[in-house]
This record gives sequence, structure tokens and C-alpha cells, in this order.
Amino acid sequence: MIHARGLARTFDTKRGREKVAVKAVAGVDIDVEEGEIVGFLGPNGAGKTTTLRMLTTLLKPTTGTATVAGYDLARDPINVRKSIGYVSQSGSTASEARAGEEIVDHGLLYGITAEQATRRGKELFEQLDLDGMWTRQPKTMSGGQRRRLDIAMGLVHDPKLVFLDEPTTGLDPQARANLWTHISDLRTKRGSTVFLTTHYLDEADALCDRILVIDHGSIVASDTPDALKRQVAGDLIELVLHDQAHVGVAAEQLSRLAGAEAEVRDRVVSVRVPSAGSELPPLLRALDAAGVELAAIEVRRPTLDDVFLTMTGRSLRESA
Amino acid sequence: MSFASQTWIIFRRQMRLALRNPAWVIIGLAQPVLYLCLFGPLLEPLAKQIGTDNAYTFFVPGLLVQLALFGALFAGFGLISEWREGVIEAERVTPASRTALLLGRVLRDVSLLTVQGIVLIALGFAFGLRGSIAGMLLGLVLTVLLGGACSASSNALALTTKSEDALAPILNSISLPVLLLSGILLPISVATGAPQWLATVSDFMPIKYIVSGIRATFTGEFWTTTVLWGVVWTLVLFVAGLWVGTRTFRKDNA
Repeated sequence: MIHARGLARTFDTKRGREKVAVKAVAGVDIDVEEGEIVGFLGPNGAGKTTTLRMLTTLLKPTTGTATVAGYDLARDPINVRKSIGYVSQSGSTASEARAGEEIVDHGLLYGITAEQATRRGKELFEQLDLDGMWTRQPKTMSGGQRRRLDIAMGLVHDPKLVFLDEPTTGLDPQARANLWTHISDLRTKRGSTVFLTTHYLDEADALCDRILVIDHGSIVASDTPDALKRQVAGDLIELVLHDQAHVGVAAEQLSRLAGAEAEVRDRVVSVRVPSAGSELPPLLRALDAAGVELAAIEVRRPTLDDVFLTMTGRSLRESA
Repeated sequence: MSFASQTWIIFRRQMRLALRNPAWVIIGLAQPVLYLCLFGPLLEPLAKQIGTDNAYTFFVPGLLVQLALFGALFAGFGLISEWREGVIEAERVTPASRTALLLGRVLRDVSLLTVQGIVLIALGFAFGLRGSIAGMLLGLVLTVLLGGACSASSNALALTTKSEDALAPILNSISLPVLLLSGILLPISVATGAPQWLATVSDFMPIKYIVSGIRATFTGEFWTTTVLWGVVWTLVLFVAGLWVGTRTFRKDNA
């Protein structure tokens, strides 16, 4: 569905008097197969939106080639536009307009008839829980409703491939969870291929078959969420000790039993083990025998945040 | 789908939005109407001095040009708020021609301007405007073409700057000198007492020839050099405005 090779974009900006070329995207290869939901993950400024704007014909690549939905990006942008839906971060409807009119006009620009656009639009409103909103003004809608209206705008011409740019940014938790259902429905109910950008790890984890991690304009990892998490060696066991004096003994026991170097931070001793469930009981017995008193135990399964940290050396949340 | 129907879709949507909230259309017309009511009477006793028999035949053409300039030049502000709401981006990702996106908006401004111009001329009659009806129609056409040029370049400028904070000072610094140097309020001519240097400076202002041209058509002139220069400058600005506009809208990353 998407095959990009060496896609790059350089922006010329001025730093003082000097002209500087800033590499927003430094040559990425992307392959997305039909029916996949692929997440494009990275901190703000990593090059996500720039890549998306290139793939949706809104921005010409400086170098590189791509076929999107079967058409060459450079030679046949019109057919690319006809085959894709794009839901941007900034919205798509005027506050003062009426939701239904915006949908129909948008459909007309794609070359479908007013009748088709109305029928499609009403179907989409029903599927996206926007019943009764046809004559409402977008300014009177909630954030979640308006985002779903944007999705309806992007789907009115029945595209095979849908691009979503940070679809849940700025939504409250309920609205986010609700939108996730609708995004998975895009594939299950309509058979669309979905390419979405996000800087939320839980979102990528919950929705995507495959994740591309981008940092500083280059793709640093591409795999399923589970495989990515497996790259981080196992579960993290954190022990909080009662007494600072026991830290040495605890660290030694932990390192010996887990076969890995334990980390010490104040009264917290931590270690990564392949499977915390089977290794914790003997560990606790050994610590008890050594007279180490514990204040708390925490076991964490690896998250994509850990993956990101391992891969780029920094946390996604700090940098976002 | 043809270019014309794409333009029509954009135009119809823009008109619907403009008419749903006609405050701006009315505010746009209020300015020249205020000039007509509150400044026009002051010109009546000066008619002879500024070289005319009828102060309103002189003044209404100036106000038409002012309407075209101020109404259409500020159209760009609407585009910035559309851009902020993502409407422009959403339209650019459809297969519609980018020129149609601009032209639909220019047509909206041109249509509103036509109605405003007719209202202004009709009001002028109430104050005592008299002259050639055919000439007034030609004057209105020139006004509307000038408005189209202003609308296209204002939309282009808005799409380039994407910020009200940048657009407002640029437009203000353009519109005031244009207003003062094109003889909209009073004639700038040595014959009617203007200093030579000011008349010379104003000779470099294309809008001045358009104002003079429209004034001439209002008195029933058609085949004179004054009218000809007015028509030529109107067409030059119209083509230039549309060229800049289309170029900006077709640029990638705009």
C-alpha cells in the first residue's frame, strides 16, 4: 500500500543571517501492506508530520521516491489523492459551517455526486456515533465529536488507505478510548489500511500491528509492539528496602540469582529478569534468609517507553 | 470533474459561510457609506474648486475604489482562520485544482463587492449623483476587477504569512499610502492646487489612474485616454494579482 525509498525533506531556514538547511526527514524507507494498521511513533519534531505530509502529496520530497496506494507520488499525485484519506492534526471543518454541508462539499471535491456524498456521510455519522449532528455547527461539538467529524471528512470518498495524524491528541481519556475503537473498526469493518502517527506509546501498543519508531528524521526500529518489547531484556523487578544498610546484601543476592547486574538507587535495588513470575519466589526466600527487610516490591513488564529509551537513549515522555 | 465545477463548489461554500454571518459584508459597506454621508456634504461647496459640477459624480467613484481596496485586501484574514482550522489543508489533499481553491474565494469577494458597489451607487443617487448609467456600469466592472486583484493577492499573502500579526501591518502599510496617493478623497492635480511634488509622487500610483478612469466613465466618457489608462491599469493589476495568487496556491508546502 505504501512503499517509500529514501524519502527525505530538507527545509531551508535562516539562523541569524546564515542560511541553514535543516534535515527534517533524513531518508526513510517505509513499507505498509494492505490491511495493516501501522503506527508511526516518535517525539515531537522527530519528522512524523513531515513524512506524513510527503506521503499525502502536501509536501514534495527533496529526494527519494514512493508509491502510495499503487500510484507514484511524484508522477501521479492526483490519483494518490483520490485513493487516500487524510485526517490532519489541525482539523478540517469551519466552526461556523454545518457538519453535513462540510461533508458533502468535501465529497464533491473528490468528484462524487452530492447524493452519494450525503448517503456516505450519513452512514459515517452513524458509524462514528455522530447521529443527529448533521446540521450542527462544528463549534458547538465536543473535542471528541469534532475529531470524529474530521475522520468522517477523511472517509467520505471511501479511501483504501487512511492517514491519521495524532488522532487522539488533546482528547480526554474516555474520548480517546472511544476513538481507538473507531480506528480499529476502520480495518475490521471497512478493510482500510491505516497509517497513524502518535507520540502515545499506549496508543501505538493498543492499535497497531506494526510500529515504526522515528527519531531525528530516521527510522530507528520497525517491528510488532511485542517483538519490540522483547528487545528490552525482560521484566523489571524493583525492591524498595526498609534499611539503607541492607542495600549491599540485597544487590549481591539479586545479581547472583538473576544472573544480571543489579542497579542501586538510594534504597531501591532493581534488576531485569527474563520472567519475573518464576524468579521472584526464590529471590524473596533468599532475601528473607539473609535478613533483608522489604518495604515494597514492584514488577514492571517492559513498555514501549523502555523500548524507546533503549533505542534512542532518551525517554519519549521527556522529549515529547 | 472540471475546473469550473470545482471552483463553483468552493465558491458556493464560501458564499454560504459569508451570508450566514453577514456582519462582515455590512461592516465592509459601512465604511464607504459613512464617507458618503459624513464627508460627501463637505465636498459639495468645493465642487467648482476640485474641477467638477457634481461633487458626488466625483466622490462616488473614489469610494468604489476604496471599497474594492479595503474590502478585498482584508479578505486574507478569513483565509488565515480557515488555514488554522485545517480547512485549507483538507481541501489541498483532495484532487481539486489548487487554482480552483483560490478562484472560488476570489469569486466570493468579487460577488460581495458587486452587491456592495450597487448599493453604494444607489445611495449616491439619493445624495445627488447624476451621470451616464452605462459609464457607471463600466466603472463598476473596473472596480470589481480591481477587487479581484486585491482579493487574490491578499489570499496569497495570507497563505504565505499564515499569521494575522504579520498580515495586518503589511496590509495597513500598503493601504494607507494607496488611499492617500490615488486621489480617492480629493483630486491630486496641479490644476486644482496640489503641490507639484505630491502630484509627481502620485503619478507613480497605478490606482490613481483607475480612480480617474472610473470618474471619467461616470461622466459618460468612454473613448478617452483617461478611461483607457484606467482600463489598462485595472487589467494589469488583475492579471498580476491572479498570477501571484495562483503561483502561491500551487506552490508545495503553501
